[in-house]
Amino acid sequence: MSGAGYFPNTDADRDEMLRAAGARRFEDLLDDIPEEIRMDGSLALDPALSEFEACRLLARLAGLNASSDKYACYMGAGSYDHYVPGIVTEIASRPEFSTAYTPYQAEISQGTLQAIYEFQSLIARMTGMEISNASLYDGATAMAEAVLMALSISGKTKVVASGCINPMRMAVVETYLGGGDAAVVTTGREDGLTRAEEVASLIDDETGCVIVENPNFFGVVEDLEAIGRAAKERGVVFVVSVDPVSLGILAPPSAFGADIVVGEGQGLGNPMNYGGPNLGFMATTRKYMRRLPGRIVGRTVDADGGPCFCLTLQTREQHIRRARATSNICTNQALNALCATVYLSWLGERGLRELGETCLSLASYAARRLEAGGVRRRFTGPFFREFVVDLTVDAEEFVRSALEQGILAGVPLGRFYPDLGDCLLVALTEKRTVEEIDALVSLVERAAGGGADA
Amino acid sequence: MQVPEELLYTKDHEWVRVDGDIATVGITDYAQDQLGDIVYVELPEVGARMTASTPLGTVEAVKAVSDIICPVSGEVTEVNGDVAASPEKIKESPYGDGWMVKIKMSDTSELDGLLKAADYKGMIAG
Amino acid sequence: MIPGTTMLDRSEPGKRACSLPRPDVETVDPARVFPAGLLRDGPVGLPEVSEPEIARHFVNLSVLNHHVDRDFYPLGSCTMKYNPKAGGRASGLPGFSDLHPMAPDEAAQGALAVIHGLGRQLCEITGMDDVTMAPAAGAHGELTGMLMVRAYHAAQGAGRKKVLIPDSAHGTNPASVTVAGYEAVEVPSGADGRIDPAVVGDFMDDEVAAIMITNPNTLGLFETHICEVADVVHAGGGLVYMDGANMNALLGISRPGDFGVDVMHLNLHKTFSTPHGGGGPGSGPVLVKERLVPFLPVPYVCERDGVYRLSWDRPESVGRVHTFYGNFAVMVRAYCYVLMMGPEGMRRVAEDALINANYLLARIKDRFDVPYGDRCKHEFVASGKAFRPKGVRTNDIAKRLMDYGFHPPTVYFPLIVEEALMIEPTETESKAALDGFADALIRICEEIETDPGLVLGAPHDAPVRRVDEAEAARNLDVAQ
Repeated sequence: MSGAGYFPNTDADRDEMLRAAGARRFEDLLDDIPEEIRMDGSLALDPALSEFEACRLLARLAGLNASSDKYACYMGAGSYDHYVPGIVTEIASRPEFSTAYTPYQAEISQGTLQAIYEFQSLIARMTGMEISNASLYDGATAMAEAVLMALSISGKTKVVASGCINPMRMAVVETYLGGGDAAVVTTGREDGLTRAEEVASLIDDETGCVIVENPNFFGVVEDLEAIGRAAKERGVVFVVSVDPVSLGILAPPSAFGADIVVGEGQGLGNPMNYGGPNLGFMATTRKYMRRLPGRIVGRTVDADGGPCFCLTLQTREQHIRRARATSNICTNQALNALCATVYLSWLGERGLRELGETCLSLASYAARRLEAGGVRRRFTGPFFREFVVDLTVDAEEFVRSALEQGILAGVPLGRFYPDLGDCLLVALTEKRTVEEIDALVSLVERAAGGGADA
Repeated sequence: MQVPEELLYTKDHEWVRVDGDIATVGITDYAQDQLGDIVYVELPEVGARMTASTPLGTVEAVKAVSDIICPVSGEVTEVNGDVAASPEKIKESPYGDGWMVKIKMSDTSELDGLLKAADYKGMIAG
Repeated sequence: MIPGTTMLDRSEPGKRACSLPRPDVETVDPARVFPAGLLRDGPVGLPEVSEPEIARHFVNLSVLNHHVDRDFYPLGSCTMKYNPKAGGRASGLPGFSDLHPMAPDEAAQGALAVIHGLGRQLCEITGMDDVTMAPAAGAHGELTGMLMVRAYHAAQGAGRKKVLIPDSAHGTNPASVTVAGYEAVEVPSGADGRIDPAVVGDFMDDEVAAIMITNPNTLGLFETHICEVADVVHAGGGLVYMDGANMNALLGISRPGDFGVDVMHLNLHKTFSTPHGGGGPGSGPVLVKERLVPFLPVPYVCERDGVYRLSWDRPESVGRVHTFYGNFAVMVRAYCYVLMMGPEGMRRVAEDALINANYLLARIKDRFDVPYGDRCKHEFVASGKAFRPKGVRTNDIAKRLMDYGFHPPTVYFPLIVEEALMIEPTETESKAALDGFADALIRICEEIETDPGLVLGAPHDAPVRRVDEAEAARNLDVAQ
């Protein structure tokens, strides 16, 4: 019997249970399913495999992938090859966390609830905001939810978005807005930066929010001070999407008047996993807490007065407010939020800063070496751990050829911006070594034709 | 369940105390009992214009939320800030400290459509 | 461990857990790169602790949780079944977990093969034609599906505004419909707990874009008239969406694609046995019939001659719904599950889920009101309303179950049953486990008669006593 190991009941048990339920045979339990829509054969699936055979098949498939355990990975664009420490994997693998459901029954879910409370606390501290939710699916849906929330707060229909936001995230925002009558206007992306004056000029009476990303898709650190001022002067909701790994170095969005802060938390202790599960987060001020989508955990007391935790502000949510909920989200990314919580505890205050400095130093080193070889950065603004290189040759082809050298050289930008077909977005994490970077640099120099002459 | 004789009621479980052209509005003892522990109340601003039979605010329990339906049309002249700060007052005193808003009525004939205490009592018993 | 003590409470300046590489490059001072105004000017306030302290903290927290590997978890419509460990091992293979999503297609053939292969399996299981694996959870799938419904009608030149939803539906259904820009219209269930085609007919007009059904529904009943309902909706130009939350009951028995469903989602974290993670990550693939295929999200996974690629050339697509391709690691686990089950195993899942539910129902039906009959599919709904005169509510029964070591069922849902207890045992529970749970419920019924205070004061043996949720909502403390 296939998969038999997962069925505790024997044939004798089944017979006895059917009898107890007043059925002579299993088919009696199907009498409310019309005959004509019952399957008369079996599913056309491959025959069952043993655990070993299934794992062998999957290991063979895994082996076909150019994963970062075998390749030096310079790809970013929203998913980063940071190291995931053993403690994170170990804690997240515990069945007490991984095989529990959403903590609706607080008395027997204190582990999950407190971990989420700690996650909310750390996200609030990093972003400088007062309140965070328990997670959203990823950075893109978090951004979409933030835009919907901002439009609901403002009662307006126009979104002014930076043209330097990760285009994959912006595409999700557009999809989410597809159900309503809101419209997005986007700034230019000259020199890979958002101009505050342009943001100001695009805001009109219909504008509900301004949204900007930092560091932006091109890795450039935006002038949030000026952009925030432009948004605040017109009284629109200011939404900032932020890379949490940068927040040991860069000022929190709260410093610039952000009303809603969102981001992608994958880099905080979650493997890349070919893009998911990721970890969306969202934080805001107390003023807007009743507008937040998703779960929120609060601290309270039990009948003996002892400290404990439970889900709170639940009347915002779909299971209570149904069609009028702040969002439809139910299942979220709780286990990934746990990973982030353990990871941030592991990094600690100094670790977050050191990690940021290491990324910055490695990225600066790579950019310097490339420049010395005559390879230009496409944009001039200051960057954190990611920057755009102008290869002067087709970037997709370059990435393909670099694969043969065991290098995932970066993300080609031509798919997103036809005018940047020769451009490569290169990300540096703490996992990259000087030797690896030097190898990338000589490859780029050779491709760009600058190496021999420099 | 208290249902004071001198008040008027809606089938949505609001009560109205009439004083000249001023209507004081709250939710009934029955309504607060059905909701359970009320933890949050959202009320309009002073000066807001209300239309009868439309929501004037919401009351929230831990796992339930209910609109407060405005029994009469008019302008909000006073809002009970204490009840917003301490929603438990609604349970303690639904017809006293638990009042929510005062409305200067624009059409007192709307009062004719409201229920008398005896009718409301019959409704919640049924 | 002191209850309620957080990692931040344990923080002491000077401690650290992490060790980070120190590459041999010039250290760049951020102050030399960025304008002063953009730099952080004070501490973040992260905890400073050692690794042993982190391990103790989180391990001690973990044991406060109830979980499937510990004991019975009969949450209705949540399908809390055992999660095979092989899936975790497979999804943790570095070739999967350390793969960057922007790796060129030729460097990600193994991952694309999983997404595509699982998609084909799911199409076969549901009888649908095509699939997107991108939605990260059931509600995300609902939204994706509804946006596709919208795009479909727009392509027909029809601007429909309403979606019909039975009153027994999950809250996500009306919420997703709203996000998709539709008005949710509630349709009352019939006296037998099922949708009545005639009632649906009364609600149908040319403003109705779709009906959103759950089958079996949240009462654990198969929608016997589903074909007639689909006919009525289709005749009016609408589409049929199915919330597949309860698909566990139908595996190998009946396929939505064969009873009129145009678009549906599955919950891999329910039916396909991937762990719930304390509330996620899940995965909510959306399956469609031919006429909705053009509207599937991008990117779309294609296969030709055994070579896989991501396609963006989908002019009628609703667009992107996830930064990348969805919760891939969850897909690996589900793929592993289907591979190990095979066709007979999938059918056995449904058979044993139904047998377990009907057996448990038979064990307790003399003690509880069971408003919708003594036959069910994978779950059933009992009512605790008979205990109200004793002052005992369903919530009290739920809390008392904790003292017996069980997770309570879903309570107060569906909304159409007073004092509801919605019980789904799943196929991975033994008869002995079900008997233990039934015995506990019966004991609690007796306690309500003899010592109601015991039930009202429950739980007594859980990690904490009854939690004051009203206090949490009144005096919000949501971050430290």
